[in-house]
Amino acid sequence: MHSSIRNFILPLLLFVVTALLPLVTSEYYTALIVKIMIYSLFALSLQLLVGCTGLISLGHAAFFGISAYAVTLLSPEYESGNLLWMLPVSIGIAMVYALITGALSLRTKGVYFIMVTLAFAQMAYYVFHDTKIGGGSDGIYLYVRPEFRIGDWVILNLDNAYVFYMFVLVCLTFTWVFLAMLMRSRFGAALTGILVNEQRMRAAGFSTFGYKLTAYIIASGLGGLAGILYAAKDGYVNPELMNWEQSGLVLLMVILGGMGRLSGAVIGTITLILLQEIFQSQALFGEFAVHWHLTFGLAIIILVALMPKGLIGLPEQLRARRRSSAGSPAAH
Amino acid sequence: MDPVIFLIQCLNAVQYGLLLFLVASGLTLIFGIMGIINLAHGSFYMIGAYMAFALGPLVEQYVGGGFITTLLACVILSAILGYFLEWAFYSYLYHRDHLQQVLMTYGLILVFEELRSIIIDNDVHGVDTPSWLSGAISLGDIMTYPTYRLFISVVCLVVAGLLYWLLTHTRLGMMIRAGASNRDMINSLGIDINRLFRIVFALGVALAAFAGAIAAPVSSVYPGMGHSILIICFVVVVIGGIGSIKGAFVAAMLIGFVDTFGQVLFPQAAGVLVYVMMAAILLFKPEGLFKQG
Repeated sequence: MHSSIRNFILPLLLFVVTALLPLVTSEYYTALIVKIMIYSLFALSLQLLVGCTGLISLGHAAFFGISAYAVTLLSPEYESGNLLWMLPVSIGIAMVYALITGALSLRTKGVYFIMVTLAFAQMAYYVFHDTKIGGGSDGIYLYVRPEFRIGDWVILNLDNAYVFYMFVLVCLTFTWVFLAMLMRSRFGAALTGILVNEQRMRAAGFSTFGYKLTAYIIASGLGGLAGILYAAKDGYVNPELMNWEQSGLVLLMVILGGMGRLSGAVIGTITLILLQEIFQSQALFGEFAVHWHLTFGLAIIILVALMPKGLIGLPEQLRARRRSSAGSPAAH
Repeated sequence: MDPVIFLIQCLNAVQYGLLLFLVASGLTLIFGIMGIINLAHGSFYMIGAYMAFALGPLVEQYVGGGFITTLLACVILSAILGYFLEWAFYSYLYHRDHLQQVLMTYGLILVFEELRSIIIDNDVHGVDTPSWLSGAISLGDIMTYPTYRLFISVVCLVVAGLLYWLLTHTRLGMMIRAGASNRDMINSLGIDINRLFRIVFALGVALAAFAGAIAAPVSSVYPGMGHSILIICFVVVVIGGIGSIKGAFVAAMLIGFVDTFGQVLFPQAAGVLVYVMMAAILLFKPEGLFKQG
C-alpha cells in the first residue's frame, strides 16, 4: 500500500503546490515556472521517442515550431482566436507533417535516423525562414491570446495570467498522465520491446514500423501542444523555434535528466533552464554573463561526461562507486 | 535557359559541390573510421573561414606571403587544432553511445561559437580576393567567369584528387580504409589505432577548415556559418552513405546542382529542394547511394 500512496499522493501534492506557487512568488518566477512547464511538456513528448522507444530524433523542434506557427497564423489579427478548434487543428498539422516525414525517416536506423530527422526539421525551418508565410526570419506576432469559447460564451480566458498558468499546468499534467498510461498499455509494452530488441519484436509478429510511426506521431502532437503554449506565452513566433539548436536543447533535457523515465525529462528540463538562467545572470557572472553560451556549453560537456546515465541515475551511480571503493582495499 | 547562363550555373554548381565534398568528406571519414557523430564539424569550417579572415593581414605583415601562404597556414593550424581536440575531447567519446557524442559535440559548438565571438566579434566580415585572382576570365569568346570561383573549383578538385590518392595508394590510406570497414581487425593487426584516429581527425578538421578558408572571399565570414554547412553535410553523408567517400562525392555534386539550379529556376522553393531530393532518395535507398559494408 505504501507505494500506491507514494504514486498518488506525491504527484497530487506536487500539483497543488505548483498551482499555488504564483500566489506567493513574484512575476519573474511565475514566468520562469511557466517556461519550465512548457519545456517539460516538450521534453516529455521527446522522451516517448528517445527513452521509451529508442528513436533518437534530433528534429523534434519542427513540431514545436509548426504548431506554434499554425496557431499564430490561424488567429485573427486583432481579436482572440478560438482554441476549441484551433488547438486540434494546429496539433493536427504537426501530426500530418510527422506522418509524412516519419514514414520516410523511420525507414532509416541509428545515426541515419538522427541525421534525417535533423535534416527534415531544417527543411521546415527553411520553409518559414525563406518564404513570406510567417513573416520570414522576422517572425510574426500573436497580438491577442486565444481563448476557449462556444458561440459567445467564453469558457477559458487565457489572457488572465493565472488562468494561463493553470492551463499550462493542466496540459503538462495531462501529458504526463497520458504518457504514463500509454507506457503501461499493450502499446507501451510493444514500444519497450522495440527499445530492447527490435529484431525480436519483429520475429514475434509485431509490425514494429507501425508502432514506431504511431509513437512518432503521438510525440509530434504533444510537441505541438508545447509549441502552441509557447506561442501563447510569448505572443511571438520566429523560425528559431524550430532551429536545430532547439532540437538539441530538448534532446539534452531528456538525456541529462535520464532516459526512459518520465520524471527524467522534467528533472532535465528544470536543471537546464535553471543553468541557463544562472549563467545569464549578471548578478552572478557580471560582464561575463553576455558570454553565457561558453559556460553553458562547458557545463553540458562536463555534465554529460560525468553522468552517463543522467541525473536520475546519479544516486545509483554514486552507490555503485561507494560500493566499489568500499570493496577494494586499494581505495584506502 | 540561355546556354551561356546554363554553362555558368553548371560551373557554379561544380564549385559548390566540390566545396561541400571537402567538408563532408571529413565528416564521413571521422564517422566512418572513429564512429563519432561530430556535430561540431561545421564549426571547423567556420574556424577555417575566420582564420583566413584574421590571419590574412598577419601573414602579409610578418611572413610576407600572400593568399596561398594564408591558406597553408590555415590548413596547418587547423590540423594542429584537430590533433589537440582529438586528444583533449574526442578520444573520450569512442566508447560512448551516439547520444552522448551528439550532446558533447553540441556543447562544443556552443563553446566554439562563443569563443569566436569573444576573440573576434559578431559582425559579418568580407575577406579580400587576392588581386591576381580578382576579375573575370573569358572562356572561349562567348562568356566570362569570375577567376576566383574557377580557382576554388580547380584547387578543390586537386585536393579531392589528393585525398583519393591518399586513400587508395598510400599505406596510411590503406589503414584508414581498413579502419573504416573493420575497426577491430585493424587493431588486432598491431596498428597504433590511437595515432591513426588522431591523424584521421586532424585530416578531417583540416579539410573542413581549408574549405572554409578558400570559400571565405566568396561567402564572407559570419556567425553561425558553420551551422548551415553542417546540416547540408549531414544530407550529403546520408544520401551518399555513411563512411563512403565516393558516396560523399556523388551526393555533394548532386546537391551542388540541385541547389544552384533550384535557386535560379525556383527561388521560392530553393531552401527545401535539397531536402525533397533527400526524401526521394531515402524512399528508394534508406541507407544511401553507396552503403558501406
